[in-house]
Amino acid sequence: MTLQVQVQSKKQFGAPAYFNPASPPVDQVAIEERVAALAKRSIKKASKVAGLRLSVAMMDLTTLEGKDTAGKVRQMCQKALLPLDSDPSIGPVAAVCVYPNLVTVAKKALKGSTVKVASVATAFPSGQSPLPIKLDDVRRAVEFGADEIDMVIDRGAMLAGDYRKVFDEIAATKEACGAAHLKVILETGELGSLDTVRKASEIGIAAGGDFIKTSTGKIVPAATPQVTLVMLEAIRDHFYATGNKIGMKPAGGIRTAKQALHYLVIVKETLGDAWLTPDLFRFGASTLLNDVLMQLEKERTGFYQANEDFSKD
Amino acid sequence: MSSKKALAKRNGNGGHAPIQKKSASESHALDFGKAWDYAPAPESPDHVKLKSRYELFIGGKWVKPQSKKYFETISPSTEQKIADIAEADAADVDAAVVAARKAHDKYWAKMPGAERAKYIFRIARALQEKARELAIVESMDGGKPIKESRDVDVPLAAAHFFYHAGWADKLDYAFHGRRARPLGVAGQIIPWNFPLLMAAWKLAPALACGNTVVLKPAETTPLTALLLGQIIEEAELPPGVVNIITGAGATGAALVAHPDVNKIAFTGSTEIGKRIQRSLAGSNKKLTLELGGKAANIIFADAPIDQAVEGIIKGIYFNQGHVCCAGSRLLVEESVHDIVVRKLRDRMATLRLGDPLDKNTDVGAINSKMQLQKIKELVKIGEDEGGDRFSAPCPIPQKGYWFAPTFFTGVAQSSRIAREEIFGPVLSILTFRTPDEAVEKANNTMYGLSAGIWTDKGAKIFWLAQKLKAGVIWGNTYNKFDPSSPFGGYKESGFGREGGRQGLSAYVELE
Repeated sequence: MTLQVQVQSKKQFGAPAYFNPASPPVDQVAIEERVAALAKRSIKKASKVAGLRLSVAMMDLTTLEGKDTAGKVRQMCQKALLPLDSDPSIGPVAAVCVYPNLVTVAKKALKGSTVKVASVATAFPSGQSPLPIKLDDVRRAVEFGADEIDMVIDRGAMLAGDYRKVFDEIAATKEACGAAHLKVILETGELGSLDTVRKASEIGIAAGGDFIKTSTGKIVPAATPQVTLVMLEAIRDHFYATGNKIGMKPAGGIRTAKQALHYLVIVKETLGDAWLTPDLFRFGASTLLNDVLMQLEKERTGFYQANEDFSKD
Repeated sequence: MSSKKALAKRNGNGGHAPIQKKSASESHALDFGKAWDYAPAPESPDHVKLKSRYELFIGGKWVKPQSKKYFETISPSTEQKIADIAEADAADVDAAVVAARKAHDKYWAKMPGAERAKYIFRIARALQEKARELAIVESMDGGKPIKESRDVDVPLAAAHFFYHAGWADKLDYAFHGRRARPLGVAGQIIPWNFPLLMAAWKLAPALACGNTVVLKPAETTPLTALLLGQIIEEAELPPGVVNIITGAGATGAALVAHPDVNKIAFTGSTEIGKRIQRSLAGSNKKLTLELGGKAANIIFADAPIDQAVEGIIKGIYFNQGHVCCAGSRLLVEESVHDIVVRKLRDRMATLRLGDPLDKNTDVGAINSKMQLQKIKELVKIGEDEGGDRFSAPCPIPQKGYWFAPTFFTGVAQSSRIAREEIFGPVLSILTFRTPDEAVEKANNTMYGLSAGIWTDKGAKIFWLAQKLKAGVIWGNTYNKFDPSSPFGGYKESGFGREGGRQGLSAYVELE
């Protein structure tokens, strides 16, 4: 299987021995200035409420821990369906994100709803396993019923300049996904520079990712506005060139409603209206939801509610 | 279709990563609409206490003008009157110069530098304390967006006072063993584009060096200079060290012509600058001029294009293009022209034009009716000369003076909009093929104030910076200012530098 994929892709792309996809340079100073400027947008009143509701609808509610159990996942699914019992008009979230072993539990708990089940796969989070094992991981998660697969790229290969390996693994994973949507996790916190983030984005998109995603959540830094902007610019260039819309998912490290709104501003002013939908933008987060709910309740009632008023799962 | 084929189809160019070239099909348009929009977020002017009438600040007192005349200052975004402002005539100018001379001889020039520094530090701190009020008034009176007056004008003005306060007691070490003495009375005439900031640029070095000052702000934007007068009064500077006289061209002319002024510093149009220089010929007055510009912002194909597009926006639409060092001539390497223009158009669709006091406003009002007229005339000429015009699709408010951010493509080096300073949000886009051609075109102007270079290659920046005839050159950024960095131009952009040690030398006599 592995061999077959590699041969195919070599045939497909004319395969020079050295493969280095074009990616424009990125100026880190200017990127930082731009995200700082966008952080100064003043989001108030109706606009704040609309932005927060949108954030809930864009959320991939996530639990990725060794101690995850069926009970924990069932509770999280309940929260995904009805984030705030006092206001059923909020939610549901876009998806829940779990390990492959818990996909069937989530699938059952969410049956009949619009909430998708995303599963991490490909030897998440390090990706340091042989490709056949990673692909098997993907196929099993899909068999269990996952609607979306969140894969990790081989950062080692990326940093070593073996871009073909990175590309081929993504392409093979895409094939293994079948009908499931593929999110390509670049793990930007390990890539070291925005230029590498940009190149990894290009590869992730070209190799078949439906979404590109910043992080596993297991590495610090995880998502930052800076890498998100760089990835959105790669998505924009791909759209300019082909008309195809690739999705974006910052994940990890987004804990406050204020941060979420900042990300939405970046999306709005980089890619425009078309991307302001859960189909093309997601937040990967575990604790963000409650802060967003707290802000929504504050806007509704005029008062901050206590932490304890919001269910933990 | 196999998934590989589908993928190749989706990726458009055989599955390889997209290349930024003009092959980019223009049919895929981004939509910057209102799927999720920002609610109005106006900064409240309620706590700002403005008087209905402002007098002249002469000899430490607020005095009625001997001319007995007043003029109105209005808000260009609403066309509503804000206050009446005293109009100084020649007699008022004389009183101000007499007060300045007296303060110079009696207090300021004699005072130890460390003592002068204390006063200047005090002004700097007061500017910080009143930052919000000053920013609001600056935006009301001049039309610039509050985010700029709040984040640029006011903090930079304070920074200039802080920086120069630090020099006041170190002047003996600033000029390689030569002793610096003050010139005497400085007449300073400042423009309307950065009213408070320009006042700070002029006052801070003059005061640090022991000169006293008669300052004339522009007639359309006198308010923040007058508030600065109040701050100087509260800081208890000796009477007459700073005098502020308001009025239009005649007031400025009287100040320039006054026989007891030792130095004239002028920032404004090249036309007026030339007139001033002519009138000073044969006098013993020193002169520095900071005049117009038509800066080249040069984008190479190897530049970080998305960030360069931000640099274009910052270069020409910052402060509605009312910036002498604005990057008003965009020189783009021909191979990336189309993609740059496309990205620029999309970026301009996100610009928010409107109420200068709204914290989300990117582009404010044009400073005056007269300036709006001038911009419209030159844009008309650009159209008549065959340039291709694009204006940002932003709604224009009913009242006030507004001009949507605009650029022209297909502009020839010989076009008037490529040669004349428009001083508005209007960009002329030209192309070049080689670095040599970029240099040649960039220097092909009567101005020489500033330039921008965008490339990923450091060596190219240095190579170009040596060849460009411009006082300030930015590499992979634009419109960055710092009090320690000298600013000024070549050719018809004037002479003399402001900021840094070079800026100090304009206010001292060296022994």
